[in-house]
This record gives sequence, C-alpha cells and structure tokens, in this order.
Amino acid sequence: MYGTYLRRELAGRKKQTVIVAVGLAIAIALVIIVNALSAGVRDAQSQALSSVYGVGTDLTVTGAQTEPGQGGGTRFDFGANDGATQDGTTSLSQSRLMTDMRRGTLDASTVSTVTGLDGVAAATGALSLTNTTFSGQVPDRSAQAPADGATGTRPEGERGGDGGSAFGVDSFTVLGVDPAASVGPLSSVTVSEGRPLTSADAGADVAVVDATYAASAALTVGGTVDVGGTAMQIVGIVASTSSDADTAANVYLPLDVAQTLAGVGDVVSTVYVQADSADAIGSVQSEITAALPDATVSSQSELASTVSGSLSSASTLISNLGTWLSLVVLLVALSLAVLFTISGVARRTREFGTLKAIGWSNGRIVRQVAGESLTQGLIGGVAGLALGLGGILLINVISPTISVGSQASGRGQGGPGGGGSGMGGPGGFGQAAAQATDIVLHAPVTPVIIVAAVGIAVLGGVLAGAFGGWRAARLSPAAALRSVA
Amino acid sequence: MTLTATATAYRLHDVTRTYRQRERTVQALAGIDLEIDAGDFVTIQGPTGGGKSTLLQMLGALDRPSGGSVMLGEVDIAQASNAELSRLRAAEIGFVFQGFNLIPTLTAAENVDMGLEPLGLDRPERQRRIADALARVGLSDRHDHRPGELSGGQQQRVAIARAIAKQPRVLLADEPTGNLDESMRDEILDVLETLNGEGLTLVVVTHDSAVARRARRRLRLAGGRITDITRD
Repeated sequence: MYGTYLRRELAGRKKQTVIVAVGLAIAIALVIIVNALSAGVRDAQSQALSSVYGVGTDLTVTGAQTEPGQGGGTRFDFGANDGATQDGTTSLSQSRLMTDMRRGTLDASTVSTVTGLDGVAAATGALSLTNTTFSGQVPDRSAQAPADGATGTRPEGERGGDGGSAFGVDSFTVLGVDPAASVGPLSSVTVSEGRPLTSADAGADVAVVDATYAASAALTVGGTVDVGGTAMQIVGIVASTSSDADTAANVYLPLDVAQTLAGVGDVVSTVYVQADSADAIGSVQSEITAALPDATVSSQSELASTVSGSLSSASTLISNLGTWLSLVVLLVALSLAVLFTISGVARRTREFGTLKAIGWSNGRIVRQVAGESLTQGLIGGVAGLALGLGGILLINVISPTISVGSQASGRGQGGPGGGGSGMGGPGGFGQAAAQATDIVLHAPVTPVIIVAAVGIAVLGGVLAGAFGGWRAARLSPAAALRSVA
Repeated sequence: MTLTATATAYRLHDVTRTYRQRERTVQALAGIDLEIDAGDFVTIQGPTGGGKSTLLQMLGALDRPSGGSVMLGEVDIAQASNAELSRLRAAEIGFVFQGFNLIPTLTAAENVDMGLEPLGLDRPERQRRIADALARVGLSDRHDHRPGELSGGQQQRVAIARAIAKQPRVLLADEPTGNLDESMRDEILDVLETLNGEGLTLVVVTHDSAVARRARRRLRLAGGRITDITRD
C-alpha cells in the first residue's frame, strides 16, 4: 500500500512534482558539469605541467633569478670578411646557443647532491637553451668605407646606417638532457619516429626533435638541424604523451653536447626531482632548500600556479562563478523542495487528519511524506544526472581548446637583453614560446560525480521530507479535522 | 464480522473540555455523564457550537477531556498515551465524516485498504476484508473506481466500508448524510441500520431529524451539556 499511495500521490500532483524535480535536476546538472569542468581544468593543468616537467616530477630546482640587466643579450659579431658577397650585397648568418639569461645555472654536481638526500627517489639535470639564428643581407660596405675590423651590425630600421639591409631572427628551444634519466621532460614523451636518445649518444652530435616543431620546420629523421652552428643529426621525433600538448622543447640533445655547444661548462639549468612518496615531498623540499640555499625549489602545486593563459581564466571562472552558481541553484532547488513539501502538508491537512483518525501513527505518516519527498528528489537526481551527463557529453563533443602558457621556473617572455652595440639579445622568449600551447578541455565523468549527484538528490529529498514530516507529525487529528469542518 | 461486544461500549463521567480561543476560555463540554450500550444506535443533535463535534472527538479518541473520564471498554481515553489512542483508533473505532474524506487518487478498494494499514494484517486477509466490506455496502462492482467516478452516496458508502473493514467496536459518524440528497441519505441510513442490526454500536452526530428518527436513543447537546435524552 505504501508504494501505491506514494505513486498515486506524486502522479496526482504532477505540476509540483515536476517543478521540484526540474529544480533539483538543474542544480544537480550544474554541480555535475562544474565538477567535471574543474576536473578537466585540473587535468589540463597537470597535462601542461607534465609536458614541461615530465611525468613523476615532484620538485624542480632552478638557479637563482638574475638581476635585470645582469644577463647580457645575445651578441652577433661579424668580421669584415664574414659572409658571402654577391652583386654588392653581403649575406650574413650566425647562430648562438644561450642559456636563459634571466636565471642562473646550477653546477652539475647539484644533481648528485640532490640524489644523495633522504627521500629522493630520482633526480636528473637538464640544460635549457635557446638557439637564436641571425641572418640577413647588408650592402657591401667594403666598397663604401675602409674595413675596421669587427663591427656590430645595426638593427633593422636604425637610421643613418646600412640602408637596404634586411635581417631575420629565428629561434627555437633546445634542451640538453640525460638520456638515461627516468624523470624529467623526456619521461612524458613518446617516440613517434626514429629512436629516443640513449646513453650511447653521449658526446655525439645527435638530436631528437619535437613533432610539432619538426612539422613546422620540415625536419625529418635522418636530416640535420643546426644548433649553435653545428649540424646535429636527427635520430628521432618525439611527441607529448598527451595528444593536446607539445613537449617541453623543440630540440633535445645529449646534456654534454648541449653544454659544450653553449660553452657554459658543466652546468644544468633545472634539476627534476622525484620523491619516494607524496608524503615525502615536503621534507625533500626542505632538505634541498637547506642544501642549496641559493637555488629555487618548486613543488608541483607551486608549478601549477604558474600555468597561465585562458586555462588559468577557466580555472578561476569555474572555481568562482561556477561553484557559486551551482551553490545558489542548489540552495534554491532545495528550498523549493522543502517549501513545496511543507505547503503540500498544509494542503493535505484534512487527508493527514483523516489518516490519524483511522489509526495511522505519526511515524507512518512521516514515513509517507518522507518517502514522497525522497522519491521526488530521486526523480530530480536521475533527471539531473541525465542532464549533467548530456552537458558533459556536449562539452566533450565541442572540445573547447584552452591556451596554456607556463611561466614555470621564471622562464617567461624575456625582454631585450642588455646587448652591446648592434643587435640586442632576445632574452628568454624562445622558451616561453615553446611552453605556450593549446589544450583541448575534456570534462571527465568520475564515480565521485555520480555519487555526488545521487547524494544531493537524497539530501534534497531527506531535507524536504524531514521538514514536511515534522509538520505532518505536529498536526493534531482533532484540529486537522476541525480546520476543514 | 466479529464484534467485540461488552455490555457498555462507552462510559463518560463528568467530562469537561475547555480550550483557549482568541484569549478567551471556551467551555465546549461542561460535565457530561453518559453511558452508551454496546450495539446501541445513538444520535447527537443540538445547535452549532453546542459541543457535538467535541464530544464525538472524545468518543473517537481524537482528543482528551480537560476533566473527567471517557472509558471505551476498559481504556480511559483521558489517561491513555498517544500510542494507545492510535491503537484504539486503528482497531476499535470506525470513523465516517460528512465530507467522506476519501483519498481522491486511490480507488475504492485502496481507500478501504488505508483503514486496514495500521493493523498489520497479511495481504490475503486484507483482500478478504476489503471485498467483504465493499460487498456489505453494495459496491463490489465499483472497487476499482476512484472517488471522482462515484456519486456522493457511493463515496460515503466507500467511507463506511473503510470504517467497518477493521471490524471496530463502535462506528462514529459526523453528519454522514449532510452532503447527500434525500435518496442518497436513505441509502446510507439503510446501510447504517443494517450494520447496527448486526451488532455494531453507532453514534451519529446529525442535524437531520430523519436520521435521528432511525436511532434508538437521541441526545440533545447545548452549551456543552446534555439537555435531553429520548429513547424509543
């Protein structure tokens, strides 16, 4: 009889049932979608970070930030006889391989220092470089003025200089890595063509190239890429394990080769550290900070805060507007459910008075009211779940892309360096460019979302039922019958 | 139908009932002494506000007196707990209301079943009692009709079936023919007389003299006191 009465009551007041169910459904759908989007943004953040730092990196150690102006700029010096002259025009081209001038390097021994600390499972060093190629044409000045040795070229557009000159600056990022390392940027890549770097490649002029960069620069396995004026043989093409992100750099070289080409000695720019366990991260960070007081030690959560671009905006939007919106709608829906149930009890005063008069106990009436509310909530829950999953499906079908710019480790867009006469340095812009990428936002469905939806539905039903039942239980049968007599 | 019959169904002694209404104390019942025999057919008449409905609520264990005692069999309603009052209403007392008070979304049989719900009977026993009660009020063929599909007289017969299906000691009716035309009124009175003839104690509050004429005892209540008792 319980089920029959409950079913008939809900069916008998369709309008109220539909309003409450729709209100709850919208609230639950919003919660599901906001929740899924938050998870999607978190995934995108971790995707962006893993493409830069590799899988399993818990901490990074970088050199101290340099004072503005300390770094110096890239300097291109051409001798009087440099370049090839033809028809009164001299063609010049020069490549420079430089470290990030905004941040100091670390001695390579830092890696072994970190590896020796308690709680460190693995550590590896990488040297982050920017290869800048300056190329262009200038009028043959030997015919205009006596050669005076090395003369810095003037920037394009500078008045009073070499009219008719045309210059171009091209840059790409280079990462010197230890091929044997289990952590670091190469741990999050897959080899799409050729082979990865191996321990046997130490000292060899070989490189692997990021798939996106290889496509844009028309580079293939077996070909060469000019790094710091040396032709490196391309042995492999690598892509991010995430189909939506690029890898950490455009070109990867064995660490020792990168150090030699850059002429920086036995240094690294970043040490990637993996802790024994998630619990150990804090203590490892403290240990490293104590052992290397001049270095900057960053955890994943600190790295996450450096992820910028529209991903950051999306994260802010979802965590602020989305959460508040779903909370407000949820509150309205729950209030609606409670108010409708209470007004339903008031409207059914005679019915409950009659039931009490024919012997129904308060408990039996409360169970009836609560059961109706709970069922109403569950209907809303199922509808909300369907609506929410539909919304998530729609988001995944549309697959919105979010731009991500990682300024991790301070490697952002660099300003012009303090160049000498002639061309100012490009600073660190090449690295920042490599870390700017578009990530497709997916809204994943997790069991937590399903449980949350059912939980909210049950909560709505129980709350409404509790209030309604309480009101029904308080009705005196005599007063209930008298009020409608 | 098995009725639990004792010599006296109700014994009321010096029953008073006062309540507060808009800062005033209203004396609804002012010292009622009354005995109703088992199997009797009693009507209560009187002016509006005379205390008829209050008395019926005392008899129906819907309310407790402010003073005195209301004995239903061996149970004093004035002293009984809420749970005991619920049990009395569920098992010993049948109620019929002027407005029928059926649940509009349920069929006739389901409405009758609602009266059996608190008894915790098994399904076959409930089905048997529902069929029996509907047969006794002449509505076997309308068991699957909802109240909106029945006439006023038929609805009141469903309400009577709901009240008698539990096999109560007494049947209390508050203006059971108040919403019915003459032919339907007679139809209901015939049913009630038949039930009384089978031994069921009937207490009916009514304004209708035609109903009162069918009773064996007629009480007149005014100002919270019984002013007249007429016996056939």
